[in-house]
Amino acid sequence: MKPAPFEYVAARSLDEALAALADAGEGGKVLAGGQSLVPLLALRLARPDVLVDVNQVAGLDRVVVDDHRLVIGALARHRAVELDEQVRRAFPLVSAAAAKIGHVAIRNRGTVGGSVAHADPAAEWPALLLALDGEVEVASPRGRRVVSAGDLYAGYLTTTLEVDEVVCEVRATLPEGRTGTSFLELARREGDFAIVGVAAVLAIEGDEVRHCRLALSGVGSTPVRARGAEELLAGAAADDAAIAAAAREVVEEIDPPGDIHGSADYRRKVAGVLVRRALSAARDEIGRMVA
Amino acid sequence: MSERRTVTVEVNGERRSGSVEPRTTLADFLRDELGLTGTHLGCEHGVCGACTVLLDGRSVRSCLMLAVQADGCSLRTVEGLAAEGGELHPVQEAFSAEHGLQCGFCTPGFLMATLELLSESPQPSEEQIRSHLSGNLCRCTGYHHIVKAVLRAAETMRGDVAASRA
Ligand SMILES: Cc1cc2nc3c(=O)[nH]c(=O)nc-3n(C[C@H](O)[C@H](O)[C@H](O)COP(=O)(O)OP(=O)(O)OC[C@H]3O[C@@H](n4cnc5c(N)ncnc54)[C@H](O)[C@@H]3O)c2cc1C
Ligand code: FES
Ligand code: FES
Repeated sequence: MKPAPFEYVAARSLDEALAALADAGEGGKVLAGGQSLVPLLALRLARPDVLVDVNQVAGLDRVVVDDHRLVIGALARHRAVELDEQVRRAFPLVSAAAAKIGHVAIRNRGTVGGSVAHADPAAEWPALLLALDGEVEVASPRGRRVVSAGDLYAGYLTTTLEVDEVVCEVRATLPEGRTGTSFLELARREGDFAIVGVAAVLAIEGDEVRHCRLALSGVGSTPVRARGAEELLAGAAADDAAIAAAAREVVEEIDPPGDIHGSADYRRKVAGVLVRRALSAARDEIGRMVA
Repeated sequence: MSERRTVTVEVNGERRSGSVEPRTTLADFLRDELGLTGTHLGCEHGVCGACTVLLDGRSVRSCLMLAVQADGCSLRTVEGLAAEGGELHPVQEAFSAEHGLQCGFCTPGFLMATLELLSESPQPSEEQIRSHLSGNLCRCTGYHHIVKAVLRAAETMRGDVAASRA
């Protein structure tokens, strides 16, 4: 038996979960898919007093595509999002990214809300949310509030959420009009956490870039938005030269860590290549729509 | 602080109960409480796939679930594959025939993941097989023979289905 002892509460409703968390105070922790938390329990890197299991809370697992908006319940499993036909049509970058999370057995259990709350800078969901103008709705005994993806991440495995707050829903938006997207990552083996990942959203009007969002995983202690490159592209022609310039700007503006999986220089280089490819793919997707 | 709880599951078609602390993983419950030691534990933190079982038909790592979370669920483990008389399941038969195992430590996990794959995709490509089994590590075979075994099992099982329809 590897984890240290804890008290276990299987909440049957959100209110029950919130009450149990409020009672537990600092020692409480939400258990969703368990694909990040249970390893931490096994290694005793996490030693909560009370685990509040939200898997039986009904109604938290919906996946709804409404035109250019995507609404995902916190308990939706990665695998359900990956295989959702509507998501595939309207948010192909989300399907592509979800399919890259770990392995099938991980995706069968792991949840979108868990991934967003776990705040691993190498994970797919946080970068996706940044690129898709995302937000999360959280509940606590004080009521509900909405936190934008840009305000959610405070540091390595750390969000700005309070210990008694539960993520209920995750929402993402694509700009209207002619929009192309892409999600690319580099990992040593299928299912490994990516060394670097890139989520790109591009909207074009005429021949000009009207909107660009670029978010990267694996290049900082949080997911990172490449604002310099976004600004460089806004209003520019969506040609190879502008895309190459944006990729160079990303290489300049990021400050990635180095570890056994790749040095900081290597990550910078990979980020540049992936940004160039992701932007080109997003632009070509728009091209195919018109053709 | 963490009082014991009764967990009741249906394993390989049989109702089984046991009493566990909440911190007991599903893997430890299967092995230590129910005596089903066919499910192996390699890493015990989600990396190797040796502990893969089917929970309501889907592959899960039994080291990453608490036994209490499986209460009321239906499980399938490697012990549920062979027929009563000991006749091997087509997936087991194929692993044996194609040398999809050497020491056999990883095999229960591979068999269960393969079962899920073939129930979703009766005619998987080699790429699909490699992707579906990417979460299972094998130190012996180099995977090549495992892929061949899955292709063979798929063929047998499609034949079985066709034969039963005829
Ligand atoms: C072998 C392996 C490979 C993996 N590869 C990848 C990968 O490539 N990419 C990737 O992104 N992830 C990967 N993961 C992690 C996986 O995606 C997890 O599912 C995810 O990070 C956490 O989701 P969960 O539902 O499992 O959360 P849990 O493990 O249950 O919880 C994780 C954390 O989030 C908190 N939490 C969970 N739900 C909520 C909520 N609704 N509100 C507030 N807090 C909450 C928990 O308290 C805990 O602190 C991998 C995991 C394994 C074991
Ligand atoms: S023992 Fe469960 S994944 Fe290794
Ligand atoms: S057969 Fe030995 S680990 Fe796979």
